[in-house]
Amino acid sequence: MRPVSYSRVADVATAIATVTADAGAAYLAGGTTKVDMLRIYAEASQRLVDINDLPIDHIEVQPDGALRIGAMARMNDVAMAPLVLDRFPVISEALVLGASAQLRNMASMGGNMLQRTRCTYFRDAEASCNKREPGSGCDALTGINRGHAVLGTSRHCIATHPSDVAVALVALDAVIHVQNTDGHHAYPVDDFFLLPGATPQREHPLNHGDLITAIEVPPLPMARNSLYLKVRDRESYEFALSSAACALRVAGGEVAEVRLALGGVATKPWRARRAERALLGQPATRESFARAAAEEMSDAVTQPMNAFKVELAQRTMIRALETLAARGEPS
Amino acid sequence: MTTAIGRPVDRVDGHAKVTGTGRYSAEIALPGLVHAVLVTSRIPSGRVGHLDTYEAEHAAGVLAVLHHLNLPKGGSVPPLLPSLFGAAASGQTFFPMQDEVIHYAGQPLAIVVADTLDRAEHAARLVHVTYEHTPAITTIEQGRDRAYQPEKIFAGIIPGRITRGDVAAGLAAAHQTVDLTYHCAANHHNPIECSATTAVWEGDRLTLYDSTQGPNATLHTVAELLNIMPSHIRVVTDYVGGSFGCKAMIWPHPALSALAARAVHRPVRLALSREQMFSGCGHREEQEMRMTLGADRTGRLTAIRHHKLSPTSHFDDWAEPSLSVASQMYDCPNYEGVYRLIKANTMTPTFTRCPGEAAGMFVMESALDELAERLDLDPLEIRLRNYAETEPGSGNPWSSKGLRECYRRGAELARWSERDPRPGRTRDGQWLLGWGMASSAYPVTPPGGPQRARARIFADGSAVVQSSFADFGTGSATAMTQVAADGLGLPLERVRVQYGDSDLPNTAAAVGSAGAGMVSAAVHIATTALRDQLIAQAVADERSPLHGADPRQVVVSEGRMQLRDRPGTGETYAELLQRAFMSDAEALGTWNPPSMLGTGYGTMTFGAQFAQVAVDPELGLCRVRQLIGVFDPGRVLNRKTAHSQLMGGMLWGMSHALLEGTVMDPAGRWSNASLGEYLVPVNADAPDVVIETVETTDTVVNPLGVKGIGEVSMVGTAAAIANAIWHATGRRHHRLPITIEDIL
Repeated sequence: MRPVSYSRVADVATAIATVTADAGAAYLAGGTTKVDMLRIYAEASQRLVDINDLPIDHIEVQPDGALRIGAMARMNDVAMAPLVLDRFPVISEALVLGASAQLRNMASMGGNMLQRTRCTYFRDAEASCNKREPGSGCDALTGINRGHAVLGTSRHCIATHPSDVAVALVALDAVIHVQNTDGHHAYPVDDFFLLPGATPQREHPLNHGDLITAIEVPPLPMARNSLYLKVRDRESYEFALSSAACALRVAGGEVAEVRLALGGVATKPWRARRAERALLGQPATRESFARAAAEEMSDAVTQPMNAFKVELAQRTMIRALETLAARGEPS
Repeated sequence: MTTAIGRPVDRVDGHAKVTGTGRYSAEIALPGLVHAVLVTSRIPSGRVGHLDTYEAEHAAGVLAVLHHLNLPKGGSVPPLLPSLFGAAASGQTFFPMQDEVIHYAGQPLAIVVADTLDRAEHAARLVHVTYEHTPAITTIEQGRDRAYQPEKIFAGIIPGRITRGDVAAGLAAAHQTVDLTYHCAANHHNPIECSATTAVWEGDRLTLYDSTQGPNATLHTVAELLNIMPSHIRVVTDYVGGSFGCKAMIWPHPALSALAARAVHRPVRLALSREQMFSGCGHREEQEMRMTLGADRTGRLTAIRHHKLSPTSHFDDWAEPSLSVASQMYDCPNYEGVYRLIKANTMTPTFTRCPGEAAGMFVMESALDELAERLDLDPLEIRLRNYAETEPGSGNPWSSKGLRECYRRGAELARWSERDPRPGRTRDGQWLLGWGMASSAYPVTPPGGPQRARARIFADGSAVVQSSFADFGTGSATAMTQVAADGLGLPLERVRVQYGDSDLPNTAAAVGSAGAGMVSAAVHIATTALRDQLIAQAVADERSPLHGADPRQVVVSEGRMQLRDRPGTGETYAELLQRAFMSDAEALGTWNPPSMLGTGYGTMTFGAQFAQVAVDPELGLCRVRQLIGVFDPGRVLNRKTAHSQLMGGMLWGMSHALLEGTVMDPAGRWSNASLGEYLVPVNADAPDVVIETVETTDTVVNPLGVKGIGEVSMVGTAAAIANAIWHATGRRHHRLPITIEDIL
């Protein structure tokens, strides 16, 4: 491992000042991705500033009913929080279906927003990867790309975004709160995750020294009828080949409200806006669900090994919608 | 008198393992220890153009950078011979860092030695290699046109072509045939403990702490590679964190660690990284098999034609023996088995748990199921109609065969006759349910030479039994303690087995499911010889209550020799030894196994497996709900460790069916060389597993009648699952692993 220096900070201002002042510095939260990245030379930080002591780990309800999750809250703590289980089951399910219990006990929510892709070529420091080394090319295009994205790709990058919970947050219109030396900024989560385009190295709008402090989920009563469906090769401890975060309200047999986002198939946590538009006001039937799912995937760009994902993603959406519809209209 | 053998005794090394006090080969603490890290080739074929070591040599803590230009040359590479022979057992006939030629990705090019592991790893990244590329072949598809039929495979012990009868005539006479092509992905072993060696020189004497299935295999191989006398090498293997075949043969790293230790005059630890485990100790090769079966109207097989195509290295004609058990499973007069190989830019493939038979019997048992479907026969019935009463080919009797009972009991446990045999008819919500079955068998192969153990009893009546075998997680140390206790007539807690050290009496590597049989034979012979020696001493001793008794009428219980008919008459070992002023007594036991060329019997462990799966055809998911295995392993030494081993094999069979596959990148290196990308099952994937054994007595294979259970339970699992998927969905699968996109 490349030599790194390490220090520990106790307050947000010092953390931001310390990292901002040193171009080679980076925050160390749970470390479940960061340390791996350093060990495999996919990242090159020279200094780690440990932020595990920062007092930003609360999970609380705001006066307006919004859920506020401190950036240093652990995945497991959020998943098990009664108010999350009650109001936003989709968040809890997405968390529980991610990683392993040990990792979830370590990993922070803020870190989860910044986790890096599992693309083999990104993680192989000697392979060509535009995300890791802009302009070097993309070995995934001609390589083993079964797990890669079919939505939001570019000719520079087809790496899949790995997060589960970010998919739920995108469905729920969450807001990412960030602090830096200039003050406080808030990004709608769908704007926080960037498409690769010609700059796959830019995954989010943060600048060096910016610190995620909280994730806010606006109130959404219909989210009580929500779920996260994850399709993967093995039953646990594996990334999604396809997943859907979904919330649905049916009234009078028709789709009154719907939120739908996809994981495992796109270069960012993918809000299925086309499908949502196609569903609103339609009968809550398999036929409408299938039509909307097909509409969402109509622009998919496939590679030789991942063409099946187009069909799989549609079936995942249909199953998620059918399952929620079958739970019945709320009384 | 048997009291300990068979009991579900807890592992003797369990406490040390779960508390972390047991020291594995990469955990040996030695003064002055330093760390070696391998730099390996990125490319599968070519030459090292330039090796720039300047930056690495000047990095903090670095003691040496060794490569083909400065590595001291030693002896010669021994021939490729399975470690069951007990001799040198190099995994491939190529030793790296002798010249600049690159034969496979992952080939070691340099060793960096530094004072800490982190510094050695970092400096290894600072060795800059420029390559001259040459074209490579790394897959069946790339090399299909260049396939050849080797004279022998599998280290020269199996012919490339085996026939009996007339296959063409048998197929022509068939009422029904199937002609199917199957593909099995390459597999890697992935034990939790990566291979590691710690090397220490004291003058010209070398001690290696090595993670291996055979300390003597390491000893003989390193002796030849370094051209030093075997008497000057000691190999210690206290704990091994799993192997599954990747530590069955000896790969370059033990010798490289010794060379590095000699270069820096310090003890050196060389542990392969997880990624290096994919190109440092062999693999199960990718394979394509074509199976043609013919049967008459009643389902009796008239012909079996089984062809295999697979890549091997540039150095060795290796294919795992995928055709062996499939050729001996059923009574069929006409058979043709052919191996074809492709010279490829990979290392030499090697033993991987259930070598050959896992893949070969997937093919046989899947094809037979399809044949049964076409004949409208029950899958179990077609197997019974072709039951081999004697060994096909030779006509030899079986040493023991409990397969009929395995089928019967397995079918009963699975409620086989109660299922709706039509495919795609049974539903549970979103899930389609299916049942499938398959036969299991694995050969019982004797080791290549004498196996030894020494038994020593002290004047207080406690005993130590020594033998060089390694316990790599199978529970052999526990089982041998039970065998020794029974041989001596001592309670378990008064016996200690000392093992894992080449200075102890010789055994071959415990491979090919042979370990329990061969080591128990030596331990049994040594301990019963010592018992008989002490009984003889007692009956000859005027001061003994047993004086003058017929030694055949003396039995030993709880360390007391006594008359069978009058247990009141007797004395303890301790009384006898103390009276004679003897501080101890000992005996060496040697088991001369039957010839590897044949015993005049067919020798196999058999079994039957049944699987229930649930398939969600819309999402492509397959979940195994239950696995049932019934086996005829002969004598079971420890019911608990045997159950664990059988269950492990079945779960790996499930994993072979649904999860595991190493994928070759177009660049010619394994693309998923990590535990994150090479999927093995997690607990959540594990179904209900039901295991039973049927009583079989085998007097041929070895003194205790132990047939071996290391691998048989992985045979047939994949086929039982694939057949169950067909029963659930009506679709057949011919590629392993069967993944979501196959089921969609």
